[in-house]
Formats: sequence, C-alpha cells, structure tokens
Amino acid sequence: MLYALIPLLPLAAFLVLGLAGSRIKANAHVVAVPAVLLSLVLSLSAFAEVASGSIISVPLYTWFTSGNLDIHFGLYIDRLTAVMLLLVTVVSSLVHIYTIGYMHGEPGYVRFFSYIALFTFSMLMLVLADNLLQLFVFWEAVGLCSYLLIGHWYERASACAAATKAFLVNRVGDFGFMLGLLLVWSSFGSLNYHDVFPAAHESAGQSMNLLGLFGGTWEVPVLTVICLLLFAGAMGKSAQVPLHVWLPDAMEGPTPISALIHAATMVTAGVFLVARLSPLYNLSPTAMNVVALVGASTMVLGATIALTQTDIKRVVAYSTVSQLGYMVMACGLGAYASGMYHLLTHGAFKALLFLGCGSIIIALHHEQDMRHMGGLRDKLPVTYWTFVVGSLALAGFPLTAGFFSKDDLLVSAWSSGSLGQVLTIFGLLTALLTAFYSFRLVFVTFWGPSRVDPHHAPHVHEPSRTITTPLLILAVFSILTGYLGIPAFLEPVFSTQQDSAVHHGGAGLIIMIAATAMGLGGITAAYYVYVLNPDLPDRLAQQWTSLYQGSLNKWYVDQAYDRAFVRPTFTTASALWRRIDVHVIDGAVNGVARAIAWGAWLLRLIQSGQTQHYALAMAMGVLLIVTVFVVF
Amino acid sequence: MIPVSYYLMLSAIVFFTGVAGVLIRRNIIAILLSVELMLNATNINFVAFSDHFHDLGGQVFVFFALTVAAAEVAVGLAIIIALHRSKATINVEEFNLLKW
Repeated sequence: MLYALIPLLPLAAFLVLGLAGSRIKANAHVVAVPAVLLSLVLSLSAFAEVASGSIISVPLYTWFTSGNLDIHFGLYIDRLTAVMLLLVTVVSSLVHIYTIGYMHGEPGYVRFFSYIALFTFSMLMLVLADNLLQLFVFWEAVGLCSYLLIGHWYERASACAAATKAFLVNRVGDFGFMLGLLLVWSSFGSLNYHDVFPAAHESAGQSMNLLGLFGGTWEVPVLTVICLLLFAGAMGKSAQVPLHVWLPDAMEGPTPISALIHAATMVTAGVFLVARLSPLYNLSPTAMNVVALVGASTMVLGATIALTQTDIKRVVAYSTVSQLGYMVMACGLGAYASGMYHLLTHGAFKALLFLGCGSIIIALHHEQDMRHMGGLRDKLPVTYWTFVVGSLALAGFPLTAGFFSKDDLLVSAWSSGSLGQVLTIFGLLTALLTAFYSFRLVFVTFWGPSRVDPHHAPHVHEPSRTITTPLLILAVFSILTGYLGIPAFLEPVFSTQQDSAVHHGGAGLIIMIAATAMGLGGITAAYYVYVLNPDLPDRLAQQWTSLYQGSLNKWYVDQAYDRAFVRPTFTTASALWRRIDVHVIDGAVNGVARAIAWGAWLLRLIQSGQTQHYALAMAMGVLLIVTVFVVF
Repeated sequence: MIPVSYYLMLSAIVFFTGVAGVLIRRNIIAILLSVELMLNATNINFVAFSDHFHDLGGQVFVFFALTVAAAEVAVGLAIIIALHRSKATINVEEFNLLKW
C-alpha cells in the first residue's frame, strides 16, 4: 500500500497549492519539491523490489460496477512500469528544482507548480495503471496538464493558439483510442490487462466486417483493428506523422515544461502504450508494420525539419519528434525493450538539452533565435559543457547513453526481418542528420563570434544554481543510463518476442560501426559547415532553394492542414452562424417573442380604462349567461 | 288585485333605465343616481313578492336595502368630491387610469 503514495504525494501537493496557493505564493516549491522527491525515493524502493523478480499489484479503489463491467483503479508495477516510474520521478524532480530558478518571480509561480504536480500525479497513474480505462483517464489528464502548461503565459496569443492546437490534434488521436477501448470491451468483456492479454491469444483468429454497415464485405482481424485504433491515440500523444504538428508549437510553453512533458515523459506515453500492450501487438503483424512505418517516417521527417530551424527550442522539439519516431519504429519491429531503452536514455539527454536551452534563454533575456547567439562558450561554461554532453548523447557518440541505446535499437531493428533491414538504413541516415543538426545547434549557439543583442551582451552570465545543478545531474545520467543494462532488465516483460541472441552477430557489429560512423560523420560535417566555412550554409541554402524552403517551412504540413481542415471548419462555422444561427434559430426565438408581443397589443385594446366599457362588458356577460340559461 | 307580473314589468323597466344610465351617462352623479334606480327596481320586486306570498320578510329586506343605499350614496358622493378635487371635473371619461 505504501506504493500508493508514489502518485498520491504529487496529488496532495497539487491540492495544497491549488487550494491555498494565494497564501503560499513564492514558497510554492517548499510544498511541491519534497512531495516529488519523496515519490522518487518510493519509486526507487519499488524498483528495487521489482528488480528482485516480483510484480507488485495494489488495488486502490472501485470506481463503479455495472453488470459485468467492473471499473477500478489499481497500481500494477512490473519491470516496464518500474523503469517508467524512475524516469518520470527523476525528471520531474529535477524539473521541479530547475523551475525554482527558471520561474523565479513570475506571477504564475504557484499555478505553475500546482500544474506540474498535477501532471506528475497523472503521468504516474498512467504508467501505474492496471487497466486500459485508468490508462485512458490519465492519458487525458496528462493531455489536460499539457494544455494548461503550454498556455501558461495565456496573455500571449501564440501560446493560447499552441495550447488549443495541441489539445485538438490530440483529440483526433484520442478518438481512435476511445473506439479502441470500446472494441476491446466488446471483444473481451474486460479492460484489465490480466484479463485482456490471455483472451487476446484465444481470439487471435477472429475477424470483423468493417463495411457491414454499408452492405459491403471487408473482413479484418479484430485485433488488428484494436491495435490500430489504440495506436491512433499513441500517434497523437507521441507526435507521430501525421499528428506531429502540435509538438513543435507546444514550445510556446515555459522551457521546464518542454523538458518534462514534451520531451521526457508525456510524449513517450504512446511508446509506453505500445510496449505495455505488446501482447496484443505481437498478435497482429499488420498493425506492427503500420506502427513501424509510421515511426520510421516520423523519424526521417523530424530530422529533416530540424536541420534548418532557427529557434533553438524548435530544433530540439523536431529532434524529439524524430527520436520518438525511432522508439515507435523499434516497437513496431518487435524490439520493445530497445524502444523503451532509447525512451529512457532519450528522456535523460533530451531533458538535459531542453533545460540547457532554458538556461540560455534565461541568460539572454528570453532570446530564442540562434542567429542572435554565438560565442556563449566562455560566458555559460556549465550550460555549454552539459549541452555538449547532451548533444553527444543525442548524436550517438561512443560511450554515451545515446550511443548504446541507438545502437541497440538499430541492431534489434536489423535483426527483425526484411522490413526492419530497410528501416534500419533509414535509421542510419537519420542518425547522420541527427548528429549534424545537434552539433549545428552547439556550434552556432556556443562557438564563433557573438551575435548577441549588444544591450544584453555584457550582462550574460550563468543562471542560478537551482538551474545548473539539474543540468549537471542530467549530464551524468546522459552517460550513466547507458551502463545500466536496461534491455536485459526489460527482456522478461516482453518474453514472447523472438530471442535476442542475434543481437551480437556479425551484422550487429557492422550496424554498430555504421551507426557510430554516422554520428561522427554528422558531427564532423557540422564542424566543417558551421565552424570552418561559416558562409557555406547560406550558399547551400541558395543552391538547394526548394529543399531548404521545404525544410524551413516544415514540409508545408501546417499549411496543408490549414487548407484542408482549419479553414473549411472556419468557413462552415461562419456559414452556419450567419445562415442557420442568425436566421433560423434566432429567427424562431425572436419570432415567438414578437408573436406574443403582437397578441398582447391586440388584447390591450380591450382595456380602455373607461369604467363604462367595463360595465358594458359586464352587462353583456350577464345578458349572455341569462340567454344561455333561458334558451338551453 | 294587480297581478305580480305588472310589478315585475315596472321593475324591469326601472332596472334597465338604470343600466342604460350607468352605461351611457357621462356625469358621475347621474351614474350614481342610475345605480340607485337599479337598487330601487329590486326593492319593487321585493315588495311585490312580499305582497304576493304574504311574507313580511321581503318588506323588512327593503328597509335594509334603503339603509345600505343611503350609506352607499354618502360614500359615493364623498368619492365624487375627491375625484372632483383631483381633476376638477365629474366627467367619467376623464377618469381612465384603470388600464394596463
């Protein structure tokens, strides 16, 4: 039962801050930080218990029972959950500490802390869920927190638009998720993992007619439909093509949020979902292939866009999209353990990169455009070195965490079959791009001549220790997580998949060497282009104008959605408003009022105020009554 | 012996004269007088039936009616004086506030 406190402590912090925030004000961190740190300690103890081989199951609360539908909340901790628990609590704790310095003196200080405490609670409940409905409830809750925190600076129109966009794009995916839940319920009669997974095995052969409603025939295995619908939810949350558009815009939120929600934890929920439901996905090769292809295309698309962006947070955001693509691709190829491994290491080094960006942004008085940076190496030494460590890990430089996880991922992908081998080639090319854009960021921001606004240039200095300490800790994690043997630790959870003995065959070694060469090549290329020949990028941009413009404009996906969905919606809504609403609905409402007013005007004519008219009416009435009485 | 129907005819004529006066006359005092006519028409009925049925109750009732009518006229005249003070007229068409 003690482990129930892991999610409940952040919830308590949220309630205290939310209800008594106006009295706490600048001391909000005194409430939130200890709560999350205590959760972290409890998570460590849960991790230790799970690592010894047991599985913890804590029933919490029965929500409702109706017929044979039994909805309850419960905690289920196996090795997969334990890894996620550690990731969430560690990153959340560090981000809480970082926030003390980053949001210092902001008017929304308490609100910010209460929301990130609520987010931590929701995310922990999501990973701890022992049934699909609980997962879904907190899936929505983290989406809500994301919305609230992206719009933290709600007085900025762009932040509001970004928050709305994130919410709406996620709705698209979550609609699929909800349909998937209904289909799971109608197929298996339960939403609990321990009921659904065995039942799925038995119903593997069943199929359903998708066109039955229209009289057609299109038999599709039920499990494939379920997996694809649930994956639609994962695509929304984990920013997979074509629902990736919200994540880069989400950078409008404060930087600690970008690190916590939009890099390390919430966006990985989709990957976690696929890994958690691996017993279902393993039974549907079609769904697996779709997952792998979506992941691979996201991976390539994100990396190509990240090459040309100039806002430092957007570069890292597109890098996140690309890395999420890697993880989803790995899950789609059956390499769940590798995907989760990369998720964990990525959580460490991407949180580090985002927090590093935040440190730069604070030091430069909220400047995010890298064209106005440069030469920050000497002024921000701690930020610089931690940023370099994070970039090395992202680029897959040997002996960093990213090196181990990316190699493991690509080797597993290669050994999974012919589709995996094709996608591995793309993965290697993306690794080259990854190394290039991450070191483009390092070189343009920290090297070369200073292009900082002369007003701020003399005052640029390292931010407070609450900001640099989390950077240093995350830098250590960005190297350390590579040596923990996570894939072997996770292997028992995904025991049904093919054995991993092929990992270290001859092909595996070649992939490893190739991946390392790609990483080093990318770094060298970035050095050649951005340090040795600073005028080369402009010439390249002029020579390859269409490619450059395409990448700079994010391959026009946003514009296409604007044309295809946003503007038609606005036009339809406007037409409905002007025609239907104004004329039909308002017409009916006002018409009723007008009819009553006209009737009242008619009746009013009877009342003249002349006493004799009333007396006449009385006399006529008596006459009438008497006549009726006499005649009938 | 005059049949009771003659009295009733007389009473009806007096009553409808009163009704017509109430509905037609503009002078409030004339209206008040017309109301008295209507009252007296009923008194004629009372006395006629009292005689017809040899029951003195009807004649006793007429005394009550006369007393009440006297009191009513006193109140009515007082109201008319109040009305005359407020509008300086006793034309009933001027008093048309009793609407809406």
